Amino acid sequence: MTDVSAAPERRIVVLGVGNLLWADEGFGVRCVEALGEGWDLPPDVGLMDGGTLGLALVPLLLDTTHVLLFDAVAHRGEPGTLIVARDDEIPALMGGNKMSLHQVGMNDILASLELLNHKPAHFTVVGVKPVELADYGGSLTAKVQSQIPGALQLGIDELRRWGVEVGERAGRPERDVVISALRQGRYESGRPAPDVACRLGDERFLAIRAAAQDRGDEETGGPGA
Amino acid sequence: MSIATPNGFQLDNSGKRVVVDPITRIEGHLRIEVNVDANNVIRNAVSTGTMWRGLEVILRGRDPRDAWAFVQRICGVCTGVHALASVRAVENALKIEIPENANTIRNIMHLTLYSQDHLVHFYHLHALDWVDVVSALSADPKATSELAQSISSWPLSSPGYFRDLQNRLKKFVESGQLGPFRNGYWGHPAYKLPPEANLMAVAHYLEALDFQKEIVKIQTIFGGRNPHPNWLVGGVPSPINLNATGAVGAVNMERLNLVGSIIDRTIEFIDNVYIPDLIAIAGFYKDWAAIGGGLSSKYLMSYGDLPKSANDYSAGNLMMPRGAIVDGNLGEVQDIDLDALDQVQEFVTHSWYKYGDEQQGLHPYEGETVPNFDIGGAKGTKTRVEAFDESAKYSWVKSPRWKGHAMEVGPLARYVIGYVKGIPEFKEPTDMVLAKLGGVPVTALFSTLGRTAARGLECSWAAHKLKDEFNKLIANIKAGDTATANMDNFEPSTWAKSARGHGFVEAPRGSLCHWIDIEDKKIKNYQCVVPTTWNASPRDPAGKIGAYEAALLDTPMHDPEQPLEILRTIHSFDPCLACATHVLDMEGNEVTSVQVR
Repeated sequence: MTDVSAAPERRIVVLGVGNLLWADEGFGVRCVEALGEGWDLPPDVGLMDGGTLGLALVPLLLDTTHVLLFDAVAHRGEPGTLIVARDDEIPALMGGNKMSLHQVGMNDILASLELLNHKPAHFTVVGVKPVELADYGGSLTAKVQSQIPGALQLGIDELRRWGVEVGERAGRPERDVVISALRQGRYESGRPAPDVACRLGDERFLAIRAAAQDRGDEETGGPGA
Repeated sequence: MSIATPNGFQLDNSGKRVVVDPITRIEGHLRIEVNVDANNVIRNAVSTGTMWRGLEVILRGRDPRDAWAFVQRICGVCTGVHALASVRAVENALKIEIPENANTIRNIMHLTLYSQDHLVHFYHLHALDWVDVVSALSADPKATSELAQSISSWPLSSPGYFRDLQNRLKKFVESGQLGPFRNGYWGHPAYKLPPEANLMAVAHYLEALDFQKEIVKIQTIFGGRNPHPNWLVGGVPSPINLNATGAVGAVNMERLNLVGSIIDRTIEFIDNVYIPDLIAIAGFYKDWAAIGGGLSSKYLMSYGDLPKSANDYSAGNLMMPRGAIVDGNLGEVQDIDLDALDQVQEFVTHSWYKYGDEQQGLHPYEGETVPNFDIGGAKGTKTRVEAFDESAKYSWVKSPRWKGHAMEVGPLARYVIGYVKGIPEFKEPTDMVLAKLGGVPVTALFSTLGRTAARGLECSWAAHKLKDEFNKLIANIKAGDTATANMDNFEPSTWAKSARGHGFVEAPRGSLCHWIDIEDKKIKNYQCVVPTTWNASPRDPAGKIGAYEAALLDTPMHDPEQPLEILRTIHSFDPCLACATHVLDMEGNEVTSVQVR
C-alpha cells in the first residue's frame, strides 16, 4: 500500500500540534518541548513544533515511516484524560461530517498522505482531552499540565516499541524544539494579568464545541488509554 | 427594499436569506449570509468573522524583540509574514538599520513564501471550486495525456501515469473516504470542465502537495528551523560562512547551491504546471470574468514590498508596487502614509468591540481591542444565531478604512496598480493572459476570475524574482560582504524611553501592517491590521460595504442550497481568518451547514 515498505531507512518524527496561545490547545507542543528538554533521543528522530499549520504539515511528514503525534483530542473520556490511538483507530475520516476546529485538520493530513502513497507505516496519537480552550493568552490548565509526564511515558513506550533508544537526557545538548520566547517557563512568566488580557471565547463557537463534547460523552467505547 | 451604499452598491435584504457557516477550505472561521431575489441572484451579503482573536492584548508587557515569535502564531499558515511585519515594526520604532544581506535574505524567504502560498491556494483551497473530483473518475487516461501534452511540456503526462493516479483515486473514494475532497458540491451543474481536465488538475493537486517538501527547505536553510523559522530584530539569524563544511547553523556554499536548485525547480513547476492549468481552466469559466468584481474596479490598495536595497521603504525602492486607487480613478495611484492618523483607521460600529465614540475610526496607534458581543436584532440566540442583523454588530472582524474608503487588497490590487503604473513586468504578462483567453478586455480583471488569474501571474513573477534575489545575494557574498545582522541597538539600554513604529508587508493575500508602541522597553500597545480584515470587513458607520460583501452582489446562483458560487468568489480572495485553535476530532461533529430561509 505504501512506499514505506520499500524504504530501507526509518524516518521518525515526533510532532506536537496545537496553538500555544490557547490554554490546553498547547498540550501537544508542550509535550514535544518537554521531551526535548528531559530526554535523550537519537539525532535522526525529528522533534517538531507543528503549530496549527494544517495542510502545510503534509510536506514535513512525507517520507516518514513512523509518526508520534501529541495533540489535544476531543475524545469521549473526561476532560484532562489521556488517550492513545494507533493507525486505523485514528478515524481514517470523515464522509462529510468530520472536522476539527480547523477546516484542515489532522484527519485531512492523514488522508492526503495516503493519497500521495506516503502514509507512514506507523502513526500513533497521544492525546489529552482539553479542559479549557477559551483562555486566549493563557497556558495549560493544572489538570492537563499534570498529564504531561504520563503522556511522555506513553510516547516513550511507543518509541521504544519502534526500536528507538530513549534515555534520560545526559551529556547531549537539549533539543531546541520551541522558539525560546515561547518556551513554557518564559511564556508563562511574561503573561499579562487576566484583567489586562481579555481571555474570552466566542460564545457561539464555544457552544458548538460544548455540544460536540456532550454528544461524545454520551457514547461509550472507542479507542481508550 | 433596496438601499444604495455610499460606495456605489445596491443592497436588498427582502429576499430569501441563505446562511453558509462555515465557509470551508479556508483558515479560520468565516460565515457568509446572503439574500437572493426571486431569480436566485444575490442582492445583499453579510460577512461575519466568527472567532475572537485577541493577540494584540496578550502582547502587552512583552519584550518587543520577542513579538515576532508570538505573532507567528496569529495564523496557522502565514507565519512568516507576521514575523517579518513584527521585526520591521520594531526596527522602524527603534531606528535599527539592517545589512544588505539581511534585506536580500528576507526577500528570498518572502518570495519563497509567495511561491508556495499561491501554489497551495490555487490547488488545495481554490481549484476544487472549479474542478470536479468525482468527474475525474470517468476520464479517459489517454485523452487526459493528450490534453496535458497539448498545454505543457511537463513530463508527468503519460497515459499510464494518469491511469495509475485515477485508480488510486477510485480506490480512495470507493473506500468511503473523501478526505480533503469532502464538502464538495460534486456534480453541481456549474462545474464545466471535461473529465480529462478534471483528472489532470487532480494529478497536479497531488504533485503540488508533494512539491512543497522541496520549497520549504529554503525556509529551513535561512530560518534555521521549520515550520516556524527564526527571525531577528536587526537582520536575519543565519550567519554566512561560505567555507564552513557541515557546520550547524551557518549558511555555506553547499546549502546555497541547494537553494539555487530548488529555485530552478520551483520556476519550472509554476511555469509548466500552474500557469498552463490556470489558463486551461479559465478558458472554461470565462463567464466568471464578469462576476465577483466588487470593489476591484474602484478601490484597490497595496502597501508594496520587497525593498531593492535595505532600509528604504519608499514606493520607488519597492519591487512590489505601492499605492491606492480610489473612486475608480485608474489614472491616479495615491501614496500611502501608514503613520498618518487620518489614513488607516479601524471602525467597530458593526464589530463586536467597544469604542468611546463608535461613529469614529481609530488609527492603530490609538487602537483599542475591547470586546462587546452584542448581536442586536439578530434572529435566534447568542449561542445559536439563525440570521445576523447587519444593521447592528455582526462580526469579530473590525472595519479598516483608508481615508474613509473600503479597499480591496491582494494580488489583483497589486497587479492592477502595477498595470496602471505601466510597469512592464506586471503589464506584459497580464496582456498575454488576456490575449490567450481570446482577447477579453482589461476590465475582465475586475472579477473573480481576474483575482484568481492575478494570483497565478504573481506566483510566477515571485519565483523569477526569487532567482534574481538569490543571484544578488551570491554576488554580494562573493564581493566579501557576509554581514547578516546589525546588533548596535539591540540592547534595550540604547532605546529611547518611548518609541513607536510600523512594519508593513504585502502578504500573499494582501496588505498587512503591525503598529507597535514601546514604553520603558516593553510593549505598551500592539495592533495588527491583517489582509483579511480589509477584505472581510463588515460595514462602517457610513454604510460602506467591504470587499467580500461587494463581490458577492449580483451573482446568480444555480441553487442556494449548494452555494458553490459563493465559495468561488470568497475563495478567490484567499481568506485567512486568524485561525486560532485546532483539535483532532474523534467524534465527527457536523458543523458545516447551509440554511435557506
